Amino acid sequence: MRAQRRKGPASAVVDGVSFSLNRGETTCVVGESGSGKSVTARAIMGLTRLEPALSVSGEIWFDGKPLHQMDNPSVARLRGRDIAMVFQEPMSSLDPLFTVGSQLTESLRRRHGKLPNQNLRTRLLALLSDVGIPDGERVLRSRPHELSGGMCQRVMIAAALAGEPDLLIADEPTTALDVTVQAGILALLERIRTERGMAVLLVTHDMGVAAEVADQVLVMYSGRIVENASADEVFESPRHPYTAGLLSCVPALEGEKPSVLPTIPGSMPSPEQRPPGCAFHPRCARSADRCSTETPLQTQKPGLEYACWNPIEPTFLPMPTADVPTHTAQAPKEDAR
Amino acid sequence: MGYLIARRILAGIPTLLGVTLVVFLILRLVPGDPVAGLLSGGPATPELVAGLRAQFGLDQPLPVQYLSFLGDALQGDLGTSYATGQSVTSMISGQLLPTVQLAFAAALLSTVAGIGLGVLAAAVRNSFTDGLIRVFSVLGTAMPTFWIGLMLILVVSFQFRMLPATGSDGFQRLILPAVALAVPAIGVMTRLVRANVLEVLGENFVTALHAKGLSYRTILLRHVLRNAVLPAVTVAGLQIGGLLAGAVVVETVFARQGLGNLILQAITRNDYPVLQGVVIVIGALVVLVNIVVDLVYGAVDPRIRSSLAGR
Ligand SMILES: Nc1ncnc2c1ncn2[C@@H]1O[C@H](COP(=O)(O)OP(=O)(O)OP(=O)(O)O)[C@@H](O)[C@H]1O
Ligand code: SF4
Ligand SMILES: [Mg+2]
Repeated sequence: MRAQRRKGPASAVVDGVSFSLNRGETTCVVGESGSGKSVTARAIMGLTRLEPALSVSGEIWFDGKPLHQMDNPSVARLRGRDIAMVFQEPMSSLDPLFTVGSQLTESLRRRHGKLPNQNLRTRLLALLSDVGIPDGERVLRSRPHELSGGMCQRVMIAAALAGEPDLLIADEPTTALDVTVQAGILALLERIRTERGMAVLLVTHDMGVAAEVADQVLVMYSGRIVENASADEVFESPRHPYTAGLLSCVPALEGEKPSVLPTIPGSMPSPEQRPPGCAFHPRCARSADRCSTETPLQTQKPGLEYACWNPIEPTFLPMPTADVPTHTAQAPKEDAR
Repeated sequence: MGYLIARRILAGIPTLLGVTLVVFLILRLVPGDPVAGLLSGGPATPELVAGLRAQFGLDQPLPVQYLSFLGDALQGDLGTSYATGQSVTSMISGQLLPTVQLAFAAALLSTVAGIGLGVLAAAVRNSFTDGLIRVFSVLGTAMPTFWIGLMLILVVSFQFRMLPATGSDGFQRLILPAVALAVPAIGVMTRLVRANVLEVLGENFVTALHAKGLSYRTILLRHVLRNAVLPAVTVAGLQIGGLLAGAVVVETVFARQGLGNLILQAITRNDYPVLQGVVIVIGALVVLVNIVVDLVYGAVDPRIRSSLAGR
């Protein structure tokens, strides 16, 4: 997948991004601000089609269906039913003028069509209690401004679940929330994923979050995936120097998040200023001559992909990669490339 | 709610007082003498002039004149016309309805057409249709209503003989004046609604609605429309004031009954009480309409409604 700005310098904001997601697993996308996480997430849902400034090319396969070949109405029909999304700003992601009840009803209709009133009510309340909202009656009657951020995010998740999707994309669902609320929302997402067996794509810039919930981790840097591996691999022996850098500055989950990465000097280049070769080379302690001229290739080992000329060798004896029980062993259901 | 209404009415009082003071002073500061006009028919002896001045109270110092006028006005008495000797209150109430009808017809037209055109333009933004609508709205805002009125009479009434050019009776005779009066307001409304729709389209919740799988139509007509039109309600209300004032001009173009007719005659004769009365009544109407608009806005916007309930 490649996403390019239509105006200005022709630099791809997302380039060569390719990965697959598995049913029942949580895949975390991590990376600094501006690395293309959100563009990738929106592109899967075809939401980038609504942004005239972006042009996305490549292939997106979902459940055997080529989303990239579908027209807009067909993709819209998948949204909310097969793929649902939860956004970073819960307060501004709900229509301020409509009650929670009517907005949830819209989502329920995506799968169930028009429901008789009594049935509808029961379902709405069940949805809300599913996401840990006990006083559903009151919340249904409320409008977004009457609810807290955490409450709004629970409502957003309820709306996403209403369509009984196979894939839930959550783009930094907890970033705008209090630390105490964050843990609750993450636990909720995890519980729902296990219960419903759907695939979850969780975008976060917080390695601590990824460590908690991820089965698979995609590390993005400057529009590219630099490492894509099972959570075990990534956290026990990261191969890409950037991943290692991210890990070394993980604060305790409860702690304050630093706004800059203390152990990686410098900052990520914007798509226009991306250096040739490996985009990370100006900041990389392991960079070699070839790093500044040649773009590293993605090493294609099942369950362990990284793009680096000089990867970190595992310091302890890892399990042989082939034996690692990863998602590749199962038949991939969802597939986003 | 009762508290809010009372507060808004109280806030309207200084506005109205200001209006009375300004109109009172302007009338007396511009050249022209009502008494001289009245006596132009015959010999104007100094005694006759002095007698009339005393009768109208014009021999009193200005502050005294103003206060007595204000005192009468508070009791609902706007004085007596110099020219006809009729009570101004009854002269105005006889002509009020056609003017209010015209202003509200134009307000309705500009709101409906403005919202329709604005949403359409935003939905097909940067297309040919959008360009056309934008040109129309700019031109419409720039054209004076009397000129629009004349053009309408020329084309619709004389060229195509579709609608009567002049007169006040019936719905048919309301159409052309209402259109002439509404065109600039439609221009303002269209541009506002278009801008609002585009702004709302960029909001996070619209992306979220797309992610829910709603069709573009539903998103535009159900969610974006409501969010974009709501702030325009206030402007629509504010426009009514301008439309009432504009009605006065348009009425004279179409030779319609109404306050415009009244005011035109009063100006030519320097009939102070009638002029003051008409201006004050229009001022009071504008204040009233604004209060109503505020209340309606509060009632339809849940955010404001609940913040008021919290007080
Ligand atoms: N609609 C758009 N038009 C043009 N450029 C865009 C658009 N959306 C995003 N970009 C650019 O794409 C790059 C990646 O943005 P993206 O929002 O995906 O980053 P991110 O990894 O989600 O960052 P964050 O952690 O801040 O959310 C940025 O340089 C951004 O400026
Ligand atoms: S390719 Fe070179 S510069 Fe890039 S991360 Fe690997 S070692 Fe560092
Ligand atoms: Mg983002």
